[in-house]
Amino acid sequence: MPLVSFLDVEKTYRSLQGADYTAVEHFNVEIELGEFFCLLGPSGCGKTTVLKMLAGFEAPTTGQILMDGRPVTGASRDRGVVFQGDDSLYGWLTAVENVEFGLRMRHVGKTERRERAMRHLELVGLKGQEQKYPAELSGGMKQRIQIARVLANEPKMLLMDEPFAALDAQTRALMQLELAHIWRATRTTVLFITHDIDEAVTLGKRIGVMRAGPRSQVKGVVEVALNGARSRTDDGFLRYYKEVYEMIRDEVAKSIAGAS
Amino acid sequence: MSTYGGYALGFVSLFLIWQLASLYLVSSVLFPPPTVVFRKGWLLLRNGVLLEHLAASLRRILAGFLAGSLLGIPIGLAMGSFRSVRKLLEPYTEFLRFIPSVAMITVAVIWFGIGEASKIFLIIYTTIFIVILNTAAGVAAIAPNKIRAAESLGATRAQIFCHVAMPATVPYILTGMRLAMGNSFTTIVAAELIAANDGLGKMLWDGRLFMLVDEIFVSLVTLGLLGFVVDRMFRWSIYTFAGKYSPAT
Ligand SMILES: Nc1ncnc2c1ncn2[C@@H]1O[C@H](COP(=O)(O)OP(=O)(O)OP(=O)(O)O)[C@@H](O)[C@H]1O
Ligand SMILES: [Mg+2]
Repeated sequence: MPLVSFLDVEKTYRSLQGADYTAVEHFNVEIELGEFFCLLGPSGCGKTTVLKMLAGFEAPTTGQILMDGRPVTGASRDRGVVFQGDDSLYGWLTAVENVEFGLRMRHVGKTERRERAMRHLELVGLKGQEQKYPAELSGGMKQRIQIARVLANEPKMLLMDEPFAALDAQTRALMQLELAHIWRATRTTVLFITHDIDEAVTLGKRIGVMRAGPRSQVKGVVEVALNGARSRTDDGFLRYYKEVYEMIRDEVAKSIAGAS
Repeated sequence: MSTYGGYALGFVSLFLIWQLASLYLVSSVLFPPPTVVFRKGWLLLRNGVLLEHLAASLRRILAGFLAGSLLGIPIGLAMGSFRSVRKLLEPYTEFLRFIPSVAMITVAVIWFGIGEASKIFLIIYTTIFIVILNTAAGVAAIAPNKIRAAESLGATRAQIFCHVAMPATVPYILTGMRLAMGNSFTTIVAAELIAANDGLGKMLWDGRLFMLVDEIFVSLVTLGLLGFVVDRMFRWSIYTFAGKYSPAT
């Protein structure tokens, strides 16, 4: 049994003025326990919409989302979320206090939660920054605090919404490496959203390619059979890159034509 | 350092212009120069009259302002957080905030007499709505992702209220309190003008009654300085104690 199944999910945004907008329709996908699943699609196709429904922030209009065989009805600490921007961090808490937030809410003792938070800050390469406030950190550091905050809470599953989109190319490559490393160490199930083919092939075990909206669906799923550290210059990497690229090319074109 | 220098220069030029204006422009006993006002002020300070009035006004402002804030903050938080509370209380706040506290003076005096109670009631009245409105607006302005993050980290609704909604709203609360402090000055003077045995407003009224122009000006200058100092203190405490609550991020 898969860990997560989207069963014929539809999401229609009701509009007060103008027409309603159906972002996704007949959306079906299954995510296996322990896998790194990348959801790839052109901007505006409905990736964040899918994540918000799985996180439990918004309910599907029709259809169902199951996790562990039970329908998702609201947010839960089973599903930790790394958000697209940095507005989810708590500006009045230091880096380490942000990371231990979930543990504090569950009344984990002060010394233990501090110790666990520090360990996760170290894991994302932020040792020595723990007493800084978010406003004092760079965009990449804030993103890493979000990741540490979620990891320290030990959810069953990680939902990540373009976590590295705002970073420069070097930092992004470094963060991808770190994340791949963390995933291999913890084997937590990940739903990773991106619009970057290179990132999807670098990280994903499977890649779900979405169609352009409206009424977006999963067009196809590519299984990436590459093991260990992946290199952008490998033949295998390029083969998968091309396969995904062929699949998404028309969708990007449609998405741009639709937007203009 | 340059801020203090700027302030000093500003004040010196203010009193200088006043001095010149009253000596050469409107040379009249009805517009005394600052030298005369300060001499009179020094006299009133020495014989304790000024301090007595000042303390009376300040005591009323502080009592009403603190009570109004302590009531307004939880009400504003609740109104911002819960739709039902908002719907229930909005008629009160939206109706009453358009009746200025100055207009309530007569009612206050009828209800509470001319003693302390009526003044404190008026300051509470003038404080509470601004604090409620700002606090509720602050709650509404919280980024939804802050709440969502807490939810998926396992926080309960009560925890989200205490650990996310409240701290995220601190800058808005302090801004509301600062505005309310300004209004408290207006209200207390008006209330003391009409019905009081002491206070800076009473001093103004007596000055008019007995044509003590100098005393009127001493009272006015005291009000201005007092307001300036209190507001600086407020800004300073916002800066030092709540700097980390800055709305950025
Ligand atoms: N709250 C909302 N109300 C109305 N329409 C919405 C809402 N949220 C999203 N949409 C619409 O749904 C579509 C999908 O949005 P979504 O945010 O899921 O896209 P995305 O794939 O995450 O895009 P990006 O890559 O730019 O982040 C868009 O056309 C958007 O305009
Ligand atoms: Mg998105």
